[in-house]
Amino acid sequence: MAKVLVVTSGKGGVGKTTSTAAIGAALAKAGQNVVVVDFDVGLRNLDLILGAERRVVFDLINVVNGDAKLNQALIRDKRVDTLSLLPASQTRDKDALTPDGVERVIGELREKFDWVVCDSPAGIEKGAQMAMHHADVAVVVTNPEVSSVRDSDRIIGMLDSTTEKAVKGEKIDKHLLLTRYDPARAARGEMLKTEDVLEILSIPLLGIIPESEEVLRASNLGAPVTLNNPDSAPARAYFDAAKRLQGESLEMVVPTDRKGFLDRLFKRRVA
Amino acid sequence: MSLLSFFTRKSSSAPVARDRLQILLAHERGGGGLAGQSDLVAKLQEEILAVIAKHVAVDRDKVLIKLDRGAQVSTLEIDIEVPDLIKTAGKSAEAPKPDPKTVLRAG
Repeated sequence: MAKVLVVTSGKGGVGKTTSTAAIGAALAKAGQNVVVVDFDVGLRNLDLILGAERRVVFDLINVVNGDAKLNQALIRDKRVDTLSLLPASQTRDKDALTPDGVERVIGELREKFDWVVCDSPAGIEKGAQMAMHHADVAVVVTNPEVSSVRDSDRIIGMLDSTTEKAVKGEKIDKHLLLTRYDPARAARGEMLKTEDVLEILSIPLLGIIPESEEVLRASNLGAPVTLNNPDSAPARAYFDAAKRLQGESLEMVVPTDRKGFLDRLFKRRVA
Repeated sequence: MSLLSFFTRKSSSAPVARDRLQILLAHERGGGGLAGQSDLVAKLQEEILAVIAKHVAVDRDKVLIKLDRGAQVSTLEIDIEVPDLIKTAGKSAEAPKPDPKTVLRAG
């Protein structure tokens, strides 16, 4: 049965789009049929991160309004053929999304794919609420930094109160994805530790993505980091996260690009 | 940079961040504490002022409201400057002190 997953955070710039692309590609490489949906109407970027910006013809709003068929708007990835993108509109605003239209499109996507990964816009307004409304699973992307943790707490509250599942009295599956983590700084007491963030937000941990140059390199090139450099530290962390989403239980480690002594020092269990 | 400062690290800031977040979020998560109701402070100010205004003329600009959030207890401090009654009423011999302090405590 298809799963609808929302990648959300409240705060902007913490890595929602990067994570959507990386996890979507990782799931697709594992043989799952995946569509990544950009809900950031007016500020679309998922197309750019996936390197599909020049292939966008129709978008989510066109499909919601019935101006285009779903198949006309879906863009199939050239590297992994089980990965598709439903881009957002760049010219419209978030009010163009109607609850009925979104429900119909999500319903159609559920029939075609194993995973519907929704990239939420920042904020707690209509766009973010639309993106999370039909979710079965939520990935809350958080940086180890006070404002991001506070906003994540707010988003967790919304996931538990305003989503379709919450309204029906069901539990929405929530996971924490800690991004831009620097184990060395955390060890020196310069950065919130994984345990600190977990204790404050008290939702299960999906993965820890280390701060890495590879993320910017991948976005420069228009490829999810899991496709651009699958052996890099952030890619390995995203692959682990994708496996956990599929029900595997793996030891939680922070992968690192450093080799040798430092490698052994930092690649220890953290949670 | 002295040799000493090279060896003694700056005190770590992450525990401060953790403590600040824990206190803040305890209050922001619905209902718990004073800030659980965002308009509570405003309502209290209005009603307390109304009661005092029944008996004394109060300058609305001379009201100071302070909310201190602690881990266990929060304190709401309301300072209302009451004009000198000798000048306004002209008959009372004992004027109240200009700054009576109302302190409300909430868990």
